[in-house]
Amino acid sequence: MSSTHVIDVDVNGEVRRCETTGRTSLADFLRDALGLTGTHLGCEQGVCGACTVLLDGQPVRSCLMLAAQADGRSVTTVEGLSGVDGELNPVQEAFCGSHALQCGFCTPGMVLAVQALVENVPEPTDHDIDEAIGGNICRCTGYVQIREAIAKALEARSTIETVPAR
Amino acid sequence: MTLQQERPRTGPLSEPERHYLSKPDRVREDRRFVTGKGRYVADLIRPDTLHVALVASPHPHARIGAIDTSAALQVPGVVAVLTGDELAAETEPLRQYLDVPEVQWWPLAVGSTRYAGEWVAAVVADSRAVAEDGAELVVVDYEPLPFVIDPEVAAGKDSPLVHPTHGTNVMADRHFAWGDVAGNRALADRTTTVRTRWNRNSTVPLETFGVIAAWDPHRELLDVWASIQMPQFPEQVAGSLRIPTNQVRVHFDVDVGGSYGVKRGIKHAVLAGFLARRLGRTVALIEDRSENMHGGDFHGPDRIFEVELAYTDKGDITHIRIDVLDDEGAYPGRSPLQLAKPIGAIVGPYRITSAEYHAKAVVTNKTGQVAVRGFGQSPTNYAIEAAVDAVARDLGMDRIELRRRNFIKRDEFPFRIPSGTEYDSGDYETVLEKGIAAADLAALIAERDELRGKGYLAGIGVASCLEPGGGNAIFENIMNPKNDKTTFPEACRIRVDGEGAVTAVISISSAGQAHETMVATLVGEELGISPDRIAVVRADSLSGFPSQSPVGSRMTIVLGQAIHGAAGELKNKLRIIGAHQLGLPVDEVDYRDGAVVSGSNPDVRLSWGELVAIAHRKQHLMPPGMQPGLEMVHVAHTPRSGTLTSPEGTVQLYPTYSFELHLVLAAVDPGTAKVELKRYVVAHDCGTVINPDVVRGMVYGGTAHGIGVALYEQFAFSPEGQPLTSSFMDYLLPSSHEVPRIVDVEHCTPSPYTSHGQKGAGEAGYMGAPAAVASAVNDALNGVGAAPLHSLPIKPSDIWSALRAAEQESS
Ligand code: FES
Ligand code: FES
Repeated sequence: MSSTHVIDVDVNGEVRRCETTGRTSLADFLRDALGLTGTHLGCEQGVCGACTVLLDGQPVRSCLMLAAQADGRSVTTVEGLSGVDGELNPVQEAFCGSHALQCGFCTPGMVLAVQALVENVPEPTDHDIDEAIGGNICRCTGYVQIREAIAKALEARSTIETVPAR
Repeated sequence: MTLQQERPRTGPLSEPERHYLSKPDRVREDRRFVTGKGRYVADLIRPDTLHVALVASPHPHARIGAIDTSAALQVPGVVAVLTGDELAAETEPLRQYLDVPEVQWWPLAVGSTRYAGEWVAAVVADSRAVAEDGAELVVVDYEPLPFVIDPEVAAGKDSPLVHPTHGTNVMADRHFAWGDVAGNRALADRTTTVRTRWNRNSTVPLETFGVIAAWDPHRELLDVWASIQMPQFPEQVAGSLRIPTNQVRVHFDVDVGGSYGVKRGIKHAVLAGFLARRLGRTVALIEDRSENMHGGDFHGPDRIFEVELAYTDKGDITHIRIDVLDDEGAYPGRSPLQLAKPIGAIVGPYRITSAEYHAKAVVTNKTGQVAVRGFGQSPTNYAIEAAVDAVARDLGMDRIELRRRNFIKRDEFPFRIPSGTEYDSGDYETVLEKGIAAADLAALIAERDELRGKGYLAGIGVASCLEPGGGNAIFENIMNPKNDKTTFPEACRIRVDGEGAVTAVISISSAGQAHETMVATLVGEELGISPDRIAVVRADSLSGFPSQSPVGSRMTIVLGQAIHGAAGELKNKLRIIGAHQLGLPVDEVDYRDGAVVSGSNPDVRLSWGELVAIAHRKQHLMPPGMQPGLEMVHVAHTPRSGTLTSPEGTVQLYPTYSFELHLVLAAVDPGTAKVELKRYVVAHDCGTVINPDVVRGMVYGGTAHGIGVALYEQFAFSPEGQPLTSSFMDYLLPSSHEVPRIVDVEHCTPSPYTSHGQKGAGEAGYMGAPAAVASAVNDALNGVGAAPLHSLPIKPSDIWSALRAAEQESS
């Protein structure tokens, strides 16, 4: 019914060799084959952003991509952001600090979208910020506390950056 | 041993006495969600699980003939195909809350299908993809029947009937008149009548509905994990499956990805439960988005209002009449009860002493409705506020001034409205002043006028609305007098283990309301113990206690009452132990922050550790006859509940009434008619706040949801009865581009009827935002002499038409 492929994909820093069918989406692959259920599915049509992961550092919708297309690339899911003992990274910390979530369903995708902003955009304007999360729907929060969390995460970034290297 | 009853609270705790309540604190749930470690129902699927896909009707109304399942059954991996007839033969129909025995509703259509998208058959396979492949191969013979989509047509005599044996599409038709209607009409100099349309929308959570069911024939137990917001559902699932309620175990330790009222899913659970029993396997039904948008029966109110206000030339409103027609979709279920809740706030925040209410529920060939955030209150608030704005226009009076003039004044509380409910408390004028200050009204007006000067249409919106909180279920009795339910309890167990650690046990699931944080904060406050040290866990439906539903902020209010009760009983027991040990009469010792202390000499005391050790291990030191251990379960009634509706339809509905004032500045692009919200201020009073970040989150989120209702969201149908909005491409949820930087200012008027003065906040923002945004757009239209729009959502095409009509009139 569907072809099978063997893919090598770096997931959260670990290279995994797996077999997958040609029609398996990256999201289903992460959730079902690798058990990384932090990647959520809200629409499976590329609209809501709940399934956002970072592909080579850039946010993508894992519901619209096939697992086979990730062959040879690196994928970061929300599980890859926190430390080995569950320590929160600065974006996750900022989300908790502002209560930038309620039900948590959009949160992994939102956190990853913000992570990409923090990593890639030097001095984002309000417009850049709304752009960065504009493809991620949150039904719970009205985005106000998410914007607050983004400001905190950017502030944390600049504090880290201004610490003189020893 | 008899435990002393807690004395009724004489007043809310004053600020300085509070240790944890209302203080900024982290939300304990957040940590698991930011790390992707929430456990939503789809995350719980194990590899050996079977998956369900649905065959949906393409017709709004059709007789179902033969169903050919043979091709589907030949797909490798397909295990079974179930039709409506097969399911109906072995189950009871789903529950109707109105007295409509001829309306029969099953998870899969039986005999005929009554809306496009209705589930007709279920295909079960070893993966969801294979189940979908199978569903495409099921061939159903349909014989199309006449159908009706328009609720006003459906209410008429010659309409096609959705349920022919019921004889009419009208499912409920209730007239009420309260107060001195004729006298108050006579006091008025004039009247204004506004017809408003609240089109069909819903809360549309980001997670669809999902359920997993597993049957263990050896233990005779059906385990259910579901994304539900409705603990009453074990009984209904068991009833439909014809098994005893103690053979259904619903697990509440499942994170729910948003609900805001809608995650009921009884039909889903009956279907999955039936298949699990029939096949002896674990079965998962996780809706995809298009199943959710139509077959899931998760639509919300779909209403036509006519509101008439009678008032004097000075602007004193003397009487209100509300006629409402609600389109329930094909199966009414619980949704018509949403017509009754607004009776408890039928005059809004205004001192209006008579009211008429005519509520009619009709069925049409559309998806079924379910409870939506506010249970009918937000549409009603919108209709009332649209009429108040129209009165201001007709009188040439300032909209804020008109509202201020008619507000119930702070010294008039508790205030009994004509329909029987007593509003507990409020200070509407102060909240209004806070909103005006936060918005800097003068600057807002200047900005509006500047925008107008630049060629934009610009308008300021205002809405002042109530949020009833702490729902009882008396609306069931109002709409169906045969249903004499007057109790709607919640419960909590507080347990102190042998080492002195405190655990609170609740038996509900949560969908983002931060209940674990709320419970820990309240238990901590009651016991004087840091919430950080209090564990909160969830019992399942068999090991838990009576718990009805986390709707209408019932957890803060009713569960809050249960926590207060359980903590009070615990403290009493500790005092009895302590007094016995200290050799003092019980009424001479106090419980203070974990210790029992002599009232006259604070050095005479028994520590937490000593008290716990006696209770768990030292019978020789316990007062005679006392049960060992420290386990307290308290089941609390909803405050102010317990009476049936009077024959005139008066009754106390909700116990608490929160208030919110919205001020919004909208700019409308004259070229595209696109609305942009430039400023948004909400002033909000929900009494004592448990966690400030949670409350403001509710205000922002509810406001964003209301903005969606006002401008973007609609489940639309073609004249042929076909759904036009089956995905997020057509049903538009507001994104960060549409939601402005909302400012929330809080005020606190504590409720005298709750444990700490708390009121409801779960529907905040949503109560007033649709009205406020519409008010802003209409002010913009008014600025250019165009007629107001009274149908939500207000689409650019509507604005365009209003502008063209105004142009034509002036030319
Ligand atoms: S699930 Fe991928 S965008 Fe919605
Ligand atoms: S937190 Fe619920 S959808 Fe964003």
